[in-house]
Parts: sequence; C-alpha cells; structure tokens
Amino acid sequence: MTKLRPDLQIIADNIAPGSRVLDIGCGDGALMAALRDEKGCDARGLEIDPANVSKAVARGLSVVQGDADTDLSAYPDASFDYAILSQTLQTTHRPDIMVDQLLRIGKQAFVSFPNFAHWRIRLSLLGRGRMPVTRLIPQTWYDTPNIHHVTIDDFRALVRDGQYTQEGQWFLSGDKQTGRGMANLLAEHAVFLLRG
Amino acid sequence: MNEDTRFGLDRKVRLLGPLPLDSGASLAPVEFAYETYGTLNADASNAILICHALTGDQYVASQHPITGKDGWWVRMVGPGKPVDTDRHFVICANVIGSCLGSSGPATINPATDKPWGMDFPVLTIADMVRAQAMLLDHLGIERLHAVVGGSMGGMQAVSWAALYPERVRSAVIIASAARHSAQNIAFHEVGRQAIMADPRWRGGAYYDDDDPPSSGLAVARMAAHITYLSEAGLTEKFGRRLQDREAKTFGFDADFQVESYLRHQGISFVDRFDANSYLYITRAMDYFDLAEAHGGVLANAFAGSKTRFCLISFDTDWLYPTSESRTIVHALNAAGAEVSFMELSSPFGHDSFLLENPEMNRIVDGFLKAGEGR
Repeated sequence: MTKLRPDLQIIADNIAPGSRVLDIGCGDGALMAALRDEKGCDARGLEIDPANVSKAVARGLSVVQGDADTDLSAYPDASFDYAILSQTLQTTHRPDIMVDQLLRIGKQAFVSFPNFAHWRIRLSLLGRGRMPVTRLIPQTWYDTPNIHHVTIDDFRALVRDGQYTQEGQWFLSGDKQTGRGMANLLAEHAVFLLRG
Repeated sequence: MNEDTRFGLDRKVRLLGPLPLDSGASLAPVEFAYETYGTLNADASNAILICHALTGDQYVASQHPITGKDGWWVRMVGPGKPVDTDRHFVICANVIGSCLGSSGPATINPATDKPWGMDFPVLTIADMVRAQAMLLDHLGIERLHAVVGGSMGGMQAVSWAALYPERVRSAVIIASAARHSAQNIAFHEVGRQAIMADPRWRGGAYYDDDDPPSSGLAVARMAAHITYLSEAGLTEKFGRRLQDREAKTFGFDADFQVESYLRHQGISFVDRFDANSYLYITRAMDYFDLAEAHGGVLANAFAGSKTRFCLISFDTDWLYPTSESRTIVHALNAAGAEVSFMELSSPFGHDSFLLENPEMNRIVDGFLKAGEGR
C-alpha cells in the first residue's frame, strides 16, 4: 500500500468502516482504494481529469469523469455517509454552494484545503507584493486552478454562516499535524469534518 | 465441456418459444445463430455476452463467412484481450431481426413455409434481449459475469441490466444511448426510405427471385456511414482530394475520394446484409427509449440495481454523443448504482469503439478484472 497524502490519511483514519463514501475530485483513486481495501467502504468517485479517471477505473474503482460544479446535482439526498472534497474547494465556482451540495449528498462531509493565510504566504505577499507561489500552491496566478483562495478563518466563517456543525478539525504544517492554536497563521493545510 | 454441441463456432439452435414481443405479437419458433469462445467454468460464472451493433453479427472474434474478414471486435475479444477467451466464456448471438442466421424477415415463416418478409413482427431492443435470455437458458447460463456492447450493442447491454438485474453482474456500455434522439430517428428514416423507394423492394417480397433492393440498401448504408465518422476524420482521410484523376470531370462520376469511398461502403454492404433486416433493426433502435417503460424516469430503470456499470463515450461521436452517456450515468448515480464513466478522445467519431484504442482496452480490462474478485 503506497503512503497516502497526509490530508487524505487524516480523512481515511476518521472514516467509519463499511461506510458509503463519495470522493469528489478523487484523483487517481488513492484514498478510495485505501478505504475499500482497509475499511471495507463502498467508495465512489468523481474526477475531471481523464488520465486520473482512467487510472482509477483500471484499478477497479467506480469513478465517473465529470465536473463537481455541474454533476453533483444528479446524486440523491443523503445517499452517502461521507462526501469528501480534498484540495478541490478552492477550484470550484461557488465554494458555498459546493459545501451545501456536499452536506445534501453526504450525511457528513470532509473538506480539506490549503490555507492562504499561512505565514509564509502572508510574508511573500507582504514582502514581494506578488501572488505567492508555494509548495501547496505551486501555480502562478494566471494558470492556477485555484480561483477561490481561502483561509482557515474564512472557512470557519462559512461554516458559521451556513449553520453547519463542525465535528472535527485537523491542521498540517509540512506533512505533520500541528495544533489548533493560531492555526490560521501556522497551518499550511486544514481538514474539516462537517455535518449539515 | 468442449464435446457439448451447444458450444463452439457457428452454432445454430431453434427454440420452440413462443417469445412474447413488445408489440403484443409473439415469435415461435425462435432461431439463433451464435458463437461461443473459451470454456464455461464449472459453476458457469465466467460467461460474458457480447451484443453486436446494427449491422454486426455473431462473428465477433472469428472470420466472417461472407467477407472473409477478421471478427468485428478482435481488438476487444480474444486470448489476452480485455474480454479474455482464456479466462472468460464468451457468447455472441446474431440478434433476432437480423440476417446472419437468427430469426428475421429472411427466415421461414412456419405458417406459410415462405420467408417472412414484412410479415415478420416488428421488434424492440427489449425483444432482442429477451430472446438472448432464452438462448442463455438453453446454454445453461443463469448469470452473466458481464454483458458488453457498443452502439446498439450498448442499448442491449443497458436493457439487460434493466430487464434482468439479477442475471447481470457487470455491464459495459460503449458509445451508446438510453434512447434514440430525433436526429437518430431522422437518419434511420432516410435509410428506410431509400430501401423502400427502390422498385426492387416490392413490399419486402423479393426473396423468391433473389433480386433484392441493393441500390436502396447501398444508399441507406452510405447515409448511415457518414454518421459513424467525424467531420475531422473525413477531412483527414479524404479532404477534397480527387479519385484517380487530375481534374474535375464536370460530370456525376465519383470525382472525389470521399464519394468513391462511400460508394464502396454501400456496394460491399449489400453482399452481407438483407434490406428488410435493415428496416426491422433500425425500427427497433428508433423505438428504443429505456425511460419510457419506467414512467419517463431513467433512474427507475436501475432502482436497487446491484449491477456494476462501465460507460465509455468518444469526444468526436456525434451519433451517440457523450451527453447521451452522461444521461445514463446521472440516472445510475441517482439510483445509487456502481458506475464508472469516461469520455475518451479519438478522431474517428462513432466508429471509434470498433478501432484500436489502448485506453478503452485498459479501462474495460480493469473493470472486468475488478468484478472477478467479488
């Protein structure tokens, strides 16, 4: 078993065995395969990149090529225990509608995203006056798929405004978990577990 | 198993029936021409049914008796191929209504001892599938490991999953649709009118003097063949190039390569296909609308389905475009069914599913193998 990306490992560790899971933006299906093989989950995926879909289907996963912004409406209410959106929220047209959809389809939702308020990004913007290019946000402003950069505090406000229940939060710096204190400054990456 | 005369190449069987049809009529007896490849395992769990397209036949992976060409899907079916005849027991039967040995307008009507002609009952895709189920009963196959088809074969595969969910573990539906669009029906109507406008058609009663409406059928094939290709593909293959000449002739001979090609397609088609079968099968496709029988809601066709689905479309296929596959995928999502879907890139239009496509093979291979562990 290849090692999962740290944010995916956090999600995998916190999913109940035997759950029904929809992984939106599932990539090549690494998380789905882990959930299927190690937790006996019924995992389904949605992925926009054809090469990734092809890899995932060839490893026996149920993955549909499609666009999260347009194709989620076909899934019925509460048809999954978990909807997962990892490192994809910032690429969607309307992140607020996306979170709504996740919690319509899933009883719970995992959302992970790179934190745009991490100190290195703040420094880069402050010092150089240019849009930051970092390890987690490697593209330049004009070719990035990240059209809605978000900070941890922004996301917390979205959770509050949407009246969702936050059932878990994890933060990463480098590939290691870090504490909740000053997460908006110190964490490169956040994972939230929500309930509608 | 190999001594079993039911199995092997070029098999024929006549089952008593009757087969009740969607039209209210029924068919009896029901004749089948089919082939099997590979060996059925002890618990009959490795059977894969291949469903052929409009003008396809049972010779999926063996030489065609009339044209002498290789089977029409040797790239997909055979030893070491995604549908692996070393591992799977493969069945391919000529659909009823067709003309390669299964019951159709050219076979004998027991009531008159003459060819059915236009007295043959009008069929639907579901009728074809129910007939295949009869054949599988005869072969002792209760449950299919998979049903696989492209184009009209995909319509049969998706209908199999809807009609007999308990009998289908996995379904592969390539370059297909859950219903015929107005444009699909329109093109078929052009073909039918070309056949019926040929004075030799004579209301379908042309078998006695062996003088079929070949001109009409050839035109029907030419029109249909355009829909199987893409504009870009035609441009790449022929452009505006002239056929064996330096200049335009200012006449109506086949000046352009594309004209010559289409004429060849039309003329060679009539040697292997019956005009009346063309009418019956295009009609069955036009009547196809899987949602219709389920209150207009396609998802209801798959309610509670345990079948695994794999759909593939091609980006240049304008006959059954990706949106048609997506409609099926969305219905399967709504029904909570296990589904994989991918749009592949190919310049060859609808015909892509019959051509070499490593990506398609990789997906079908992975999908079928994943179903074997369970």
